[in-house]
Amino acid sequence: MTATHTSRAAKRPATSGAHGRHPAKSRQRPNWLGGLVGWLWLAVVIVPIYWIVVTSLKTQSNYYLTNPFAPPADPTLDNYRLVIEMDFPLYFLNSIIVAIGTVIPSVLFSFMAAYAIVRSSGASRFLRGVNSLFLMGLAIPLQATVIPVYLLIIKMQLYDSLTALILPSIAFAIPLSVLVLSNFIRDVPKELFESMRLDGATEWKTLWGLAFPLTRPAVVTVSIYNALQVWNGFLLPLILTQSPDKRTLPLALAAFQGGPYGVNVPAVLASVVLTILPMLILYTVGRRQLLSGLTAGFGK
Amino acid sequence: MSAISARRTSSAAATRGGGVLPWLALPALVAFAVFALIPLIGVLLLSFTSWDTLGEIQLSGLESWKSVLTDPGLPHALWVTFLIMLLSWAFQTPASILIGVFLAGRQRYRELLAVLYFIPLLLSSAAIAITFKALLDPNFGLGAGLGLDFLTQDWLGEPGLAFGVVIFVVSWQYIPFHSLLYQGGVRQIPRSLYEAAELDGAGRVRMFFSITLPQLKYTIITSSTLMLVGSLTFFDLIFVLTEGGPGDATRALALDMYKRGFQANLMGAACVIGVILVLVGLALALLLRRIGGRDPYASQLEGA
Repeated sequence: MTATHTSRAAKRPATSGAHGRHPAKSRQRPNWLGGLVGWLWLAVVIVPIYWIVVTSLKTQSNYYLTNPFAPPADPTLDNYRLVIEMDFPLYFLNSIIVAIGTVIPSVLFSFMAAYAIVRSSGASRFLRGVNSLFLMGLAIPLQATVIPVYLLIIKMQLYDSLTALILPSIAFAIPLSVLVLSNFIRDVPKELFESMRLDGATEWKTLWGLAFPLTRPAVVTVSIYNALQVWNGFLLPLILTQSPDKRTLPLALAAFQGGPYGVNVPAVLASVVLTILPMLILYTVGRRQLLSGLTAGFGK
Repeated sequence: MSAISARRTSSAAATRGGGVLPWLALPALVAFAVFALIPLIGVLLLSFTSWDTLGEIQLSGLESWKSVLTDPGLPHALWVTFLIMLLSWAFQTPASILIGVFLAGRQRYRELLAVLYFIPLLLSSAAIAITFKALLDPNFGLGAGLGLDFLTQDWLGEPGLAFGVVIFVVSWQYIPFHSLLYQGGVRQIPRSLYEAAELDGAGRVRMFFSITLPQLKYTIITSSTLMLVGSLTFFDLIFVLTEGGPGDATRALALDMYKRGFQANLMGAACVIGVILVLVGLALALLLRRIGGRDPYASQLEGA
């Protein structure tokens, strides 16, 4: 976090000056109350996660007999095998298709829009209006509009398809993506745009050749964030699909838990672990950028 | 918005770009218009119709509105939504501020903590709900496994307890994110303020209330907006955890909308709830913007 943060702060002397970068209160006595709450909360966060992993490695009979927090005496991957045999690879694939199908267009569209909004600098009434619309989209719980979305998807004859999940997800991802991306594009020094223009570059070329590479951290932030949202989305798959073979992971989890195998808690928890793994990997890879991007996107 | 005008480039460059730039915004605008703006208008229009998802959509005037507004279920759902919103805010905010201030200091383990704290945000609400349901099971859950009587209650079977569980699980999912927001906010506070206060002999508690909290004003507004507007959309968590029960104890507005629409097949009535949700969300965002004195970037970040 600190590395990206510092370079960003250095780039923007106006808002976070020299002293803004130092962590406040560095030389003070330790913050006992904060520390107590912080470590206590860590336990509250970690204990269930530890329990999920440990239990997923136990046999069902062991689950009922042993101390819930004791590590399994002889760990087994049988639960994972059961889950994988239960069509989870298919749900995985569905989730991946929906995530990629949503993230790439939403980030590209949002980037183009954010670029246009920042570069027009409020001079275009049309773009000012577009920007206000997106900002309004942030204040509205878009879930409230799912019934017209459902109707629209039926009318477009897309009901019960993965496309039905992708299209609304793109729209729902746009407001926040435009906000975060435009906050970052605004930090690109004007002189760079000017010199590109003097070299005769078109807006299209400036967009992809200059702005896009320079704001890559923001693009990564927004992509991970949107991927996370879609990966974990529940409402749209619930109302826009029907067939078991169109299920995405959260829906499959809920169905699995309510199904005949649902009493097999270790197997249910193994499926939970499997659904988290890809996001855990994505987060580990892009963590610094995600955190600094989110902080910058909301902190300004 | 003010940031845009403050950074206004030369008007010559702006007009020159004016020709191509609007076209660049078009794909995003079209996607947003078709699947967000039109449905937004649609939810209002559909609230004046009746549709059972099988037959035709028919105009029915104010019928749905009358049926929803006179339904005693509505005040209850509003109350449940308000209570979840208020309690989860009141629990999450102080905890997130304390943890955020702690994380902003110089602990050796801060980086590690920031990693671990974020994990709940990687889990889907469905996964979290399933996990806590199993953990709190009175017969096979944590309490039974450890032989602890106070844990072996019927957590999801008693209205009061189920409410507490929902608040706790929501906090479990989102406190980590908000404490990171506060961590970022605290890092932005100029250290000179603390140095000056130290010279004046202010103690730690005094500094917290006179410097840290006032300086965090915008972070508090941003975080609160995210929490409050986000709590309007809690659907999947409650749906999997309690299905609105026991009875109707945790039937919040978003769940109420789903149940009226997709379980009772009363799409008109469900759209009335949708309109109410939109209005409450907008009112909240405007209210917080007024309190904050600038755009708080109201967001449905926490929604699905």
